[in-house]
Amino acid sequence: MRLDTTDRQLINLFQRELPVCERPYEAMSRQLGIAEEDVIERLQLLQDSQVLSRVGPVFEHSRAGTSLLAAVAAPDEQLDIVAARVNRAPGVNHNYAREHTYNLWFVMTAPDEDTLEERLDELEHQLRLPMLRLPMVEAHHIDLGFDIDWEALP
Amino acid sequence: MTASSSPEYLTVVPEIAGVGPVSAWGLLRLRQQLERGLPLTPRPYQALAELTGLSEQEVMAAIRQWQDQGLIKRFGLVVRHRTLGYTANAMVVWDIPDNQVLNLGRTLARAPFVTLCYQRPRRLPDWPYNLFCMIHGVDRQRVLSQLATLIADQGLEQTPHAVLFSTKAYRQRGGRYVSHD
Repeated sequence: MRLDTTDRQLINLFQRELPVCERPYEAMSRQLGIAEEDVIERLQLLQDSQVLSRVGPVFEHSRAGTSLLAAVAAPDEQLDIVAARVNRAPGVNHNYAREHTYNLWFVMTAPDEDTLEERLDELEHQLRLPMLRLPMVEAHHIDLGFDIDWEALP
Repeated sequence: MTASSSPEYLTVVPEIAGVGPVSAWGLLRLRQQLERGLPLTPRPYQALAELTGLSEQEVMAAIRQWQDQGLIKRFGLVVRHRTLGYTANAMVVWDIPDNQVLNLGRTLARAPFVTLCYQRPRRLPDWPYNLFCMIHGVDRQRVLSQLATLIADQGLEQTPHAVLFSTKAYRQRGGRYVSHD
């Protein structure tokens, strides 16, 4: 999908903060110098074309549950099968293949620490693969949106 | 470590501009609805109010309070960078002496192309790395050149590190804690 200048401005201006008022899209439209329905239509299009996953918000989940980054080293020919098993486990919300001996990395979430531990133990038992468990010790920077380098895009 | 406590979204919204105590169930429903994103209608907060049994004012007050409390860390457009053409994603991991990791983590987090920067425990002998950065880029080459710049700027030439490019996303979605798995 080709984004025009207004689409890019919309993304640049509102990645970090949306207005909280009765007519937020109208407030946004005034900043962009376009009509309210135009903002709504563009957001709908951007969402339909998967440029936006949603119009906010991003919750700080660590305050409402707990999560942990885990990794396993799967035999290469079984990677897809192992990944599918990981996806079936409750609480998995990110799951990526990466270039390393530990070639499958996923984030496991749960409402509390005990449940998290149980879920990981259960999955480890199912997979029969040793699992790296890497809880967060300190977060220095948590996805606050970043400035898109429009010029560099294909 | 993340301490799991009583869910904060069940706290009562205090008196804000004529908003009194608010139904805990209404707030729970609001959070579930918000995880799907703001409705694309002229009065989205009114639409959320109708879905949750709260009033429009209560919905706005609750969102503002969650922002202040840090429960909502960002209330903005959530971009799928992959769709835009940011197809390269590298997890760069470093083995940093314990007495330097905090400062270096803060420094690396400020690099414009680093989207996440976390300290995690080592798991010796298999895993010596204690600092994780995520770098997103348009292509692999660009990510590697950004990394080279970072290494040169910070004098990290002698620091053991590994670059783990992702090759496949099997699942990618925000956590959902209030819906049922």
